[in-house]
Amino acid sequence: MSWFVRKEKGISTPTEMKREAPDGLWYQCPSCKKIMQTREHKLNAYTCEHCNYHEKIGSDAYFEVLFDQNIYIELDENLTSGNPLNFVDTKPYPDRVRATMLKTGLKDAVRTGFGKMNEVEIVIACMDFNFIGGSMGSVVGEKIARAIDHSIKHKVPFLMISRSGGARMMEAGFSLMQMAKTSAKLAMLSEAKIPYISLLTDPTTGGVTASYAMLGDFNISEPGALIGFAGPRVIRETIGKDLPKGFQSAEFVLEHGFLDFIVDRKDLKDKLTSLLNMLR
Amino acid sequence: MRTYLDFEKPIAELETKLADMQKLAEQSNVDVSSATAALQGGIEKLRKEIFENLTRWQRVQLSRHPDRPYTLDYIQLMCDEFIELHGDRQVRDDPAMIGGFANIGGQSVLLIGQQKGRNTKQRQHRNFGMPNPEGYRKALRLMKLAEKFNRPIVTLIDTPGAFPGLEAEERGQGEAIARNLKEMFMLKVPVLCIIIGEGASGGALGIAIGDRVLMLENTWYSVISPESCSSILWRSWDYKEQAAEALKLTARDMKENKLIDGIIPEPLGGAHLDHGVMALGLKKVIMETIAELSKLTPEQRISERIDKFCAMGVVIE
Ligand SMILES: [Zn+2]
Repeated sequence: MSWFVRKEKGISTPTEMKREAPDGLWYQCPSCKKIMQTREHKLNAYTCEHCNYHEKIGSDAYFEVLFDQNIYIELDENLTSGNPLNFVDTKPYPDRVRATMLKTGLKDAVRTGFGKMNEVEIVIACMDFNFIGGSMGSVVGEKIARAIDHSIKHKVPFLMISRSGGARMMEAGFSLMQMAKTSAKLAMLSEAKIPYISLLTDPTTGGVTASYAMLGDFNISEPGALIGFAGPRVIRETIGKDLPKGFQSAEFVLEHGFLDFIVDRKDLKDKLTSLLNMLR
Repeated sequence: MRTYLDFEKPIAELETKLADMQKLAEQSNVDVSSATAALQGGIEKLRKEIFENLTRWQRVQLSRHPDRPYTLDYIQLMCDEFIELHGDRQVRDDPAMIGGFANIGGQSVLLIGQQKGRNTKQRQHRNFGMPNPEGYRKALRLMKLAEKFNRPIVTLIDTPGAFPGLEAEERGQGEAIARNLKEMFMLKVPVLCIIIGEGASGGALGIAIGDRVLMLENTWYSVISPESCSSILWRSWDYKEQAAEALKLTARDMKENKLIDGIIPEPLGGAHLDHGVMALGLKKVIMETIAELSKLTPEQRISERIDKFCAMGVVIE
């Protein structure tokens, strides 16, 4: 094994590997190829100190970046998916779920937690792309719905961190209706006048973009994140041409008026705190 | 000329035979009435057999039948008056999404519907029933008008999906659909949504948050089309039949899974065989459902609407 985790751009190694690496190991930025200490990289909120490349990270790492001392109460942590349609493609859906659970140590594609961010109470839901492409099935919809209920009940702001390829096809109609369910809960959150911040990370597409991810009082993103409704491949096939450079990047989406701001991950916690404090 | 789907070929053959027989009888002045009656009976029996045992993929085919009634056909057949309203007040008008106030049997409603085209030119004009963000924003603008003037809302869903184009992305297709989902939950007036053809994913859901969501018998509603599902999960376009089975996307499936509220029957052989009968059936359901929903207070409707969608999903605690 090499003494740093070698990474190819666009293919993400499970963040667990990097996090569990003892101090003294090294991280190579997949963008600029420069090497830095894993510990330094982590202190920099998993962004490159040379080129500002934002490593794709999961819920564990986001919770650690945002919750004070990484202390939080996880909500509904044992919810797992059923198999309402007995879905079988090239393999049965439950086999796919089980294999993914073993591989990732996750129960599904979102985790939700309640804690403090710079002393401000907050509920955070964060998606894990490693779990079947961050796809939205019943568990994702239900956990987000309950997290919003928690926000309403305790009158604390809600932060949604999206990273998803969209629907979970193996739950078909049930998956589709999670868009409706989460939007209904957000409508209630809105009526309660509780702030909702939606952070769209790389990539956020499909039904997630067409529901909760775009419904923030504040829609924000990280540099370079891919954000869209249709994926780039589908659009390319539809229009029969290559897409312009930077199309569907966070910067493009900001320019077209659908994001409030783009924030470096290392500034995320403080900027969100400032914003929320101005609303209190 | 009628269009026959592949599984209707045996019916087509018998109907050709019947036509030939009738023509021959005319020319030769022979009485073939008992033979034609027998053949007609045979055709009906065969049709019944075929349509009682339709596969899911065959229903998808019916939902896309080129002679199937579209939103504008229903408007013409059901409404005493219809005043079409255009534009989202921001960018442009979207011909793939129709909207306006309608008089249906004395009841004035706001009617919204996705519109496909019948010939090549119309199909292009209607963008194959694939709305752009302007379509969803127009729909929302009109729904807010309906709320302001306290008129019930009826939406007719028939789309292969929201348009996945360059400009659609630039103008926020995702945001437009998302906004509709959220806003439709809080509409104070009755909302009735009916899948009349294809109900593809977010593009369909964007006008399908209702107090009642109904599907015509030979339609489909799911998170993805069988073809796209096949291409993603099987990595080939050839598994659309299996994909249709796996997705459980028919009206019966969706009702069984409590993801819709009811099924509206079609004439035997499909809605395309008799637009008039289909429209009459649809009109009756619309009037009855609106009467029923009007008995509830706005608060009741909104909270039941929210509770219904929030109960959808299967998880293990
Ligand atoms: Zn770098």
